[in-house]
Amino acid sequence: MSAVDLTKLEEIIKNKLSEYFGSGFEGTEIAHGDLMIRVNRDIIVPVLEKLRDDPDFKFDFLSYLTVVDYSALGREPRFDVIYQLLSTTKKHRVRVRAAVPEDDPYIHTAVVVWGGANWMEREAFDMFGVIFRNHPDLRRILMPEDWEGHPLRKEFPLGGVKSFYFKRASDPYAGEPSNLVPRIRKQQSDI
Amino acid sequence: MELTTGAGVLPGVRDGETDFVALQSPENALTKTLSEAINYARKNSIWPVMMGLSCCAIEMMGTAAPRFDLARFGAEVFRPSPRQADLMIVAGTVTKKMAPVLRRIYDQMPEPKWVIAMGACSSCGGMYNVYSVVQGVDEIVPVDIYVPGCPPRPEALIYGIMQLMKKVGREPVF
Repeated sequence: MSAVDLTKLEEIIKNKLSEYFGSGFEGTEIAHGDLMIRVNRDIIVPVLEKLRDDPDFKFDFLSYLTVVDYSALGREPRFDVIYQLLSTTKKHRVRVRAAVPEDDPYIHTAVVVWGGANWMEREAFDMFGVIFRNHPDLRRILMPEDWEGHPLRKEFPLGGVKSFYFKRASDPYAGEPSNLVPRIRKQQSDI
Repeated sequence: MELTTGAGVLPGVRDGETDFVALQSPENALTKTLSEAINYARKNSIWPVMMGLSCCAIEMMGTAAPRFDLARFGAEVFRPSPRQADLMIVAGTVTKKMAPVLRRIYDQMPEPKWVIAMGACSSCGGMYNVYSVVQGVDEIVPVDIYVPGCPPRPEALIYGIMQLMKKVGREPVF
């Protein structure tokens, strides 16, 4: 357990962020010993910069960046982009959430705030298809470059979309067999 | 049948493995077919290419290390270049991103060449029944020997290599 007084930190964050960002700041919450901030996606970069530079916060380290797909719960907007921040000097942590809808899934890049966001945002784009605007190099990072779809979206079948079969024309047994069936075994969790 | 020459028991030739015909003569002459002679050389000097893809690679390294000593079977020379290898031990999970690379390395190996699928992952996908993993390396390259296990013990890999040696010894050369 950290010795940081979360309710006190929540008060300061509430006061400062609502003063600076008005309605773009959508509130805070303390659950299971974690402090969470919810903001509008259009002001995410100034909010992160404020959290990094303000002497009360000093969140100098982005420990993790990820996305959650809430489509199974039927929530709208569908995605949450989540930033886990840590202050190495003040020893406190905070989680920042910004909701992103499915039809236009963009958010502004945090690379300008922390350089370490670069690959994390590439992974989030690869797995969920969230577009990070102004990202310097938004390519897939884990899946092959010609991959179709975003695997961690809930509608993506666990076993993959198509069968994988890789042969050269020079192979003596080349050519796909006519009765080729996908080698992926079907699972209950496949949609 | 004990195979003997004038000098005594012929080293490295076990009963029932080959059709060696040893003729005793004053000069210790030995006659056999050229095919058998070539296979005798091939199977006792298998050079594997380094293809360690995950945790099975640790067992593969342990197999080559002194405790299990793959050198006893002539297969200890792991080559970093596929051009110098004739066996590919696929040790580990083959992802779909790695598959074209693995196939390319296999294509670069000179003939004759053999493949051992080491472990559950490269044999059938193992526990990774997911979108990103090839469900068995036999979808990419022809496999000669499957070694089950997760990971297999070094003894299991050595047994697989011995089975491959038997297979190589039976193959027609011409």
